[in-house]
Amino acid sequence: MKLKKPLLMICTLALVVMLAACGSKNTQEDSSASGTANNDKSSELSGSVLAVGSTALQPLVEQTAQKFMAESQYSKIQVQVQGGGSGTGLTQVSGGQADIGNSDVFAEEKLKDEAKELVDHQVAVVAMAAVTNPDAGVDNLTKQQLVDIFTGKVTNWKEVGGKDEAIVIVNRPSSSGTRKTFEKYALGASTEDLKGSIQEESSGTVKKIVSESPGSIGYLALSYLDDKVKVVKYDGVEATVENVTSGKYPVWAYEHMYTKGEPKPAVKAFLDYIASDAVQNGDVVELGYIPVSKMEVKRDVDGNVSK
Amino acid sequence: MKVIDEGPVQVQPARSARWKKHHAEDLAGRSYTFICVALLIVIIISIIYFVASKGLATFFRDGVSLGDFLFGTTWDPEGNQGEPQYGVLPFIFGSFATSLLAALIASPLSICASLFMTEIVPGWGKKLLQPVIELLAGIPSVVYGFIGLTVVVPFMRNVFPGQGIGIAAGALVLSVMILPTITSVASDALSSLPRGLKESSFALGATRWQTISRVILPTVLPSILTGVVLGMARAFGEALAVQMVIGNAPHIPRSLFESASTLTSVITLDMGNTVSGSVHSNALWSMALALMFMTFIFVLIVRLLERRHRI
Repeated sequence: MKLKKPLLMICTLALVVMLAACGSKNTQEDSSASGTANNDKSSELSGSVLAVGSTALQPLVEQTAQKFMAESQYSKIQVQVQGGGSGTGLTQVSGGQADIGNSDVFAEEKLKDEAKELVDHQVAVVAMAAVTNPDAGVDNLTKQQLVDIFTGKVTNWKEVGGKDEAIVIVNRPSSSGTRKTFEKYALGASTEDLKGSIQEESSGTVKKIVSESPGSIGYLALSYLDDKVKVVKYDGVEATVENVTSGKYPVWAYEHMYTKGEPKPAVKAFLDYIASDAVQNGDVVELGYIPVSKMEVKRDVDGNVSK
Repeated sequence: MKVIDEGPVQVQPARSARWKKHHAEDLAGRSYTFICVALLIVIIISIIYFVASKGLATFFRDGVSLGDFLFGTTWDPEGNQGEPQYGVLPFIFGSFATSLLAALIASPLSICASLFMTEIVPGWGKKLLQPVIELLAGIPSVVYGFIGLTVVVPFMRNVFPGQGIGIAAGALVLSVMILPTITSVASDALSSLPRGLKESSFALGATRWQTISRVILPTVLPSILTGVVLGMARAFGEALAVQMVIGNAPHIPRSLFESASTLTSVITLDMGNTVSGSVHSNALWSMALALMFMTFIFVLIVRLLERRHRI
């Protein structure tokens, strides 16, 4: 008897704790849902917006969220921004845990059937450039040379017109959005992780390693570029905003903010705010992205470019 | 417990106010601890259940064979080379190599430090070293990783062939991280030695060095080993600091100075970019399960060491 009593107690307690956990979650969802449903008029918008996903897009969303909440007509809306990666963003938005899923890639590339339910909001364009350590002595690389380097066919810089120095590849993980973009539009094929190559989780670390290790090559978004690394021309084309918008420079991708179905009013207000000219020509440019409206070319899921 | 339960029988005026008060206190205290323990148990069980259900799905639902998973050397979850392959042997190798090497570097240092603190200069030695070691234990792992990336990696690059990144750099960073673990366990064991042991050794005419090397060390060896195993367990589970300096190439490296990966570094690297429910994501959970399994083994070893040697 003495033994059974505590056991019973533990079981009941466990049950209570679990129920309590479930209960609180439900109430939270209810409150946020009712908050937006009751206030359809734009002047009285309130509620909470949760945006989760891509770390490449995070700085932009965070900065605009701060400004958005400071606006008087939106002061009742709470915008929360979390990182976690494109995969997390897409999973959570299609699962309903997040209102907005930020992603570097088209949802169709990561999800299967769930992607059909998601509505794409393209808020910016990010261009990427191959970068090398300043020591490598290379100014321009053709597509074929890049492919040879990243597939391990070329292992010394002198084979592509540089110094006599071994090439060290600094990659992002194979599931990363930045890597996908670079492989798809710069190399035209996905590559294998070679022996001796380095993989880093963030663009910041990639930049640090490329700037320090002799003979290293990596790729970074334009916003990360500075004098510490050597930006290499791609097929003779420089990675500049003008070349990207005119379609001469092909290594770029949209930054997506996905919603499940049509967004609820508070979410829509936030997305409209990001798409507004003030943000597009202000924050977007300031943080090193390219406004979607400036693009003279368009690209679809399959990578087909049209004017 | 029995004494408390039988208490009321001996108290003559059975329901005095004071007795009631103490009884209520007792009950409150007991329920409170029960709640805490129950919560702990629920948390542990649900974590194990969650990780196991996700991790085992790789084998039962997605049909990856356990042999291919544990002994395959090709990690290509996105299927860049045709069929996706989920071989995690390079990561298991990396985890063991870094943590063993780290323990190898850290053990002599920490054993000497604890001997210094307890046997050689028990006075100011302890006063000086104790806070230093506690400080070392309190430094967050990101800081270690960052120092590793800015100091250890360039140093390795200049001294050894290669890019400075690799198992050697990872082990070096980890060895500093596990120093406090081993040192504190070892010095606890040393200071809990019965005085008689040392005194009889001195009485027999042994020098201090003879006493340390032939009496003290053999006696506390199991406890020191416990510290080493605990340190290894910490090294095995450390993700961030290692990930920053090891390079993360999914291959078994040819040398200690070539880019390699550990189980934890791959999980943190890929976690955010996988869609939950996909085989890739499940494979990461299986690796988490493998990590947990290893932790259980480490705990088991510690238990065995403790049981075998009680002074």
